Amino acid sequence: MPTIIELEKITSQVRRDIVRMVHAVNSGHPGGSLGCSDYLVALYFEIMNHTPNPFDMDGKNQDLFFLSNGHISPVFYSVLARSGYFNVNELKTFRKLNSRLQGHPTTHEGLEGVRMSSGSLGQGLSVAIGAAQTKKLNNDNSLVYSLHGDGELQEGQIWEAAMYAAHNKIDNLISCIDYNQQQIDGSIQDVLDLGNLKDKWQAFGWQVLEMNGNKMEEILSIMETAKNLTGKGCPIMVIMKTEMGQGVDFMMGSHKWHGVAPNDEQLATALAQLEETLGDY
Amino acid sequence: MKKYTYTEKKDTRSGFGDGLTELGRENPNVVALCADLTGSLKMNQFEKENPDRFFQVGIAEANMIGIAAGMTIGGKIPFTGTFANFSTGRVYDQIRQSVAYSDKNVKICASHAGLTLGEDGATHQILEDIGMMKMLPGMTVINPCDYNQTKQATKAIANHKGPVYLRFGRPAVPVFMNEEFIIGKAIMLNEGTDVSIFATGHLVWEAIQAGEILEQKGINAEIINIHTIKPLDEKAILASANKTKCIVTAEEHMINGGLGDSIAQVISRKNPMPIEYVGVNDTFGESGTPAQLMEKYGLSADAIVKAAEKAISRKS
Repeated sequence: MPTIIELEKITSQVRRDIVRMVHAVNSGHPGGSLGCSDYLVALYFEIMNHTPNPFDMDGKNQDLFFLSNGHISPVFYSVLARSGYFNVNELKTFRKLNSRLQGHPTTHEGLEGVRMSSGSLGQGLSVAIGAAQTKKLNNDNSLVYSLHGDGELQEGQIWEAAMYAAHNKIDNLISCIDYNQQQIDGSIQDVLDLGNLKDKWQAFGWQVLEMNGNKMEEILSIMETAKNLTGKGCPIMVIMKTEMGQGVDFMMGSHKWHGVAPNDEQLATALAQLEETLGDY
Repeated sequence: MKKYTYTEKKDTRSGFGDGLTELGRENPNVVALCADLTGSLKMNQFEKENPDRFFQVGIAEANMIGIAAGMTIGGKIPFTGTFANFSTGRVYDQIRQSVAYSDKNVKICASHAGLTLGEDGATHQILEDIGMMKMLPGMTVINPCDYNQTKQATKAIANHKGPVYLRFGRPAVPVFMNEEFIIGKAIMLNEGTDVSIFATGHLVWEAIQAGEILEQKGINAEIINIHTIKPLDEKAILASANKTKCIVTAEEHMINGGLGDSIAQVISRKNPMPIEYVGVNDTFGESGTPAQLMEKYGLSADAIVKAAEKAISRKS
């Protein structure tokens, strides 16, 4: 079981991978990826019970994760590779022709660790609920996790799914919102205010937890609490406050790095702030 | 002309419902989802016999498609049920990303397709669904013609791995089909020499009626049922067309994007020849009885006869 310091070291490498991947093709989404690095490292290196190799699409008796906000594919790919789903050298192919690492994640190219295509927003919660229901039908006690962007909550399908999950007591699902309060056109408050998120999810019948998604110790603690709330008749939502661009000072505090790649100089500045702990790919 | 008779009329949606009920008894992995139209889709018996494998999602079709896609992970075979309009147009992006692009084993089962939905009018009479679904890579598209074929198709798609769109309808229509249903394999209904009539769905019975009228006029029509629009049985289509040298396609769908389109692509590449299309010509439907609508929009045996005569006259 890795220590918090070890998990933080993995996270630092994941952040290096993210900025290098995005820089290499001058495209992709670094901001949200950097913000969600701690959470995804915690999930794949500590919280989830899963078998990277051999990868099994059905994932019976394994915990499953669904990335609904598919544009943060750089962090997803890095964490999958670093946790053993595929060779880290394949990160070099991100967004290039003939790659399995498409701009947004897909099952279509057979990339281990990806169980659903995502990118068009709002669909992943329904998918996670379906997978959770199949686990119940199969008497499989493992859990389903999903991650959603906060801007993504502006999609109506999310609220269809929210209603359904409570009505059907989907209590083997722990969903999480990346609450960085930024979207492409500006702050959530300016574009389309989500109002009181906690009240909203509670009103939809979900058990709601809150955490700082950039503090490893808090992530582990709150996710443990979330696990202990499963099996009690309620779906669980973790509202995770993060900083878009976390770990790279000039990318933090604005929506500007949502979908922009750093140039050579900016890459060097970013890498100087992120310790190389596991070896660059 | 081979004789086709029927002793009863039944709706194709009942073929779906009865097929699904049998699947529920035979295959424990089959699950069903419905968006508040259980009675209309004839899914009640499956629900009654398999309450744990039936999922009522309410009026939330996008969510239904996503849940179905997720349910495949772990080995379930989900059948979704709602009207054809809400099965396709309303949820095209959900089908595209979560089902087709994700290669998920979901069966999208769509009732009340086309004009024969009747009095509800154009908001519900989708005539573009075959086009949308056939454009999706990897999607199988099936439009059976009667109760028997719909029931057979429903059972067959459970054993086919991959996404399927199964389209059927509301009105009671003649039950006449006794041929075995195999996905992607056209069914020869009548061998002829003068014109090939390729028909799908409710227009298959009309094509048979047209064949009898044509026979009285001394025209020997070959009639083939194309129940699977994708993948298309190109071999059967070309074999017939090469013999008769002219074609009529017939479907309860927009001409743009329908069966006729698919056949025209094959013919234009392999052996160009006259083709006439019986279908809806770039217009929305309206309220009316199914029979009135089929007559007004030219989806009748008479329309097929006229199209056949025109196609024959265009032969060089």
